[in-house]
Amino acid sequence: MAIDPVSRVEGHGKVTILLDADDRVHQVRLHIVEFRGFEKFVQGRPYWELPVMVQRLCGICPVSHHLAAAKALDVVVGAPKLTPTAEKVRRLMHYGQILQSHALHFFHLASPDLLFGFDSDVGRRNIVGVAAEHPEIARRGVLLRKYGQEVIRVTAGKRVHGTGAIPGGVNKALTEVERSTLLADAYQMIAWARDAVALVKKLHLSNVALYNSFGAFRSNMLSLVAPDGGLDLYHGALRARDAAGTILFDQMSYDRYWDRITEEVKPWSYMKFPFLRELGPEAGWYKVGPLARVQNCDHIPTPFADAERREFVDFGGGQPVHATLAYHWARMIEMLFAAEEIKELLHDDDLLGDDLVVTGERHRRGVGVIEAPRGTLIHHYRLNNNDQVLRANLIVSTTHNNQALNEAIRQVAKRYLDGRKLTEGLLNHVEVAIRAFDPCLSCATHALGKMPLAVELVDAEGKTIDALTS
Amino acid sequence: MSRSAQREGSPVNDGAPRKLRIATTSLAGCFGCHMSFLDIDEKLFDLLRHVEFDRTPLTDIKHCGPCDIGVVEGGICNAENVHVLREFRRNCKILVAIGACALNGGLPAQRNHVDLGACLQEVYLTEPGLARGCMPNDPELPLPLDKVHPLHEVVKVDYSIPGCPPPAEAIWSFFADVIAGRTPHLGHGLIHYD
Ligand code: SF4
Repeated sequence: MAIDPVSRVEGHGKVTILLDADDRVHQVRLHIVEFRGFEKFVQGRPYWELPVMVQRLCGICPVSHHLAAAKALDVVVGAPKLTPTAEKVRRLMHYGQILQSHALHFFHLASPDLLFGFDSDVGRRNIVGVAAEHPEIARRGVLLRKYGQEVIRVTAGKRVHGTGAIPGGVNKALTEVERSTLLADAYQMIAWARDAVALVKKLHLSNVALYNSFGAFRSNMLSLVAPDGGLDLYHGALRARDAAGTILFDQMSYDRYWDRITEEVKPWSYMKFPFLRELGPEAGWYKVGPLARVQNCDHIPTPFADAERREFVDFGGGQPVHATLAYHWARMIEMLFAAEEIKELLHDDDLLGDDLVVTGERHRRGVGVIEAPRGTLIHHYRLNNNDQVLRANLIVSTTHNNQALNEAIRQVAKRYLDGRKLTEGLLNHVEVAIRAFDPCLSCATHALGKMPLAVELVDAEGKTIDALTS
Repeated sequence: MSRSAQREGSPVNDGAPRKLRIATTSLAGCFGCHMSFLDIDEKLFDLLRHVEFDRTPLTDIKHCGPCDIGVVEGGICNAENVHVLREFRRNCKILVAIGACALNGGLPAQRNHVDLGACLQEVYLTEPGLARGCMPNDPELPLPLDKVHPLHEVVKVDYSIPGCPPPAEAIWSFFADVIAGRTPHLGHGLIHYD
């Protein structure tokens, strides 16, 4: 059984559901069908092109790639520590990105399912329908995203595919006018972000049984945390917890991420399967992104978001929350954090400084890791003495979540598949689960191809017994 | 749900002029052009008074039906892209190529100077961080083409909007012209190649 294409998921995918001899769901496969070969064709390019090149992997979270590459190259140019101005301008850019991407993910792509129901009329179940029936929600979604995009424009020069970060720093600071213009709307954004958390919480609590169980599965969790264990999406060290919340490792520098994380390939997807080395491929897969981060950290450094985090943790009642739909709740808490963090940064005069770039001793290898909107993002480059790229390895958020995505789909298929027949309802339920993680399969396909969702049902003999592409 | 049922559900327009029906898709693109489209911000609500969406990344319609305008981001990198592009051309009166990738292949076309087999091998077999490599070869995976192609090499393209991505103002100006029944024309300052 195969769903093709996954709509309202940016990027392209196909799902096959494999049945056992008793026609029970045995395995599901989310196929990532695009292969782009970025790692290969960046070879031989001068390294300073990387931050502007690699962001073309994903137009939804280009800033994450832009900054992960820049961070890897900071190491290369001997500037692991930036000037306060450069560091804060980059942080501002990144939190602008988190705000716009989380707003897009929730309001434009996921909210139609949650507001209208998974089985509601396809003609209405989209942002246009939300605009018609809940105009204020749609308007705020559009304006929150706009604000994040404006923060990006001011720091990076362009809303999509800017050029602000360069190896060792940034190429521009803020002007007083830019700062005060952004500051004028910052409090409104915080207020709307608080309302967004309240909205998602209300949706979750209005149907706890469904929200807690839909596509739920237990897994390890991975993210960066600050030195004090707080939430930091720009920089930190790796922390992993098991499904019960026990810390597996903590404050691991990401410079040698390969000591902890390794990947395997399966013949049915262009997307690799990473896992924690110490636990092996069977037990070592994990989830990344908002749901992992909000529970992996010990606190959130801004007050409103931290209060929401505590309420979220209490909701789990001493156990980590593993509900797939709780991704949205955690995502809105992070959006609130981003809004508060932007306001904090905008009050900092360092943003207006003119000391923009640091250089130091040249290195031939650099690793840059950042928490992108959908999870941990790793960029790793090796160079030769002529400043050309020798090798590149990128592990993007969606790839970290690969097994987790497959697991969420398997849970949904087990619950909603009726016999040997595929239905529209099942197809959209599968899409709802994917959308909770990631509307952004685009990123993961950095490696050639694309993802529309097709579902195919295959019996124990390997025979296709049904296929659906609505 | 049947095709015709899918096409209902757009707000009724009592006596107002018929809305233009628009489909958009991303082939071998990064969705940055779609993001630039959304960067028209609140003007989206103005646009919605004049247009309705068919297949786009924002709706759950999987195949493009008869449309006035089809907007395609991204070049062509596999067999499936060719199929989707032809479906768009068949169904859309006006076909618009948007962004560097659609116009000339863009950044993904950088792979055109490397051998596809070698490229796949390096990513899936010989990359040092891999625990176990193998070559993805499942029949569900569409066949990659050995080169990434721009749209005009496969179908006739009516309009091109350059840029990576084109600025939101250029996209808005295009739609405003079409809605007003004018021949689309990008004035000075709206044609960007960065
Ligand atoms: S033209 Fe640029 S923004 Fe548009 S899809 Fe291609 S890389 Fe992305």
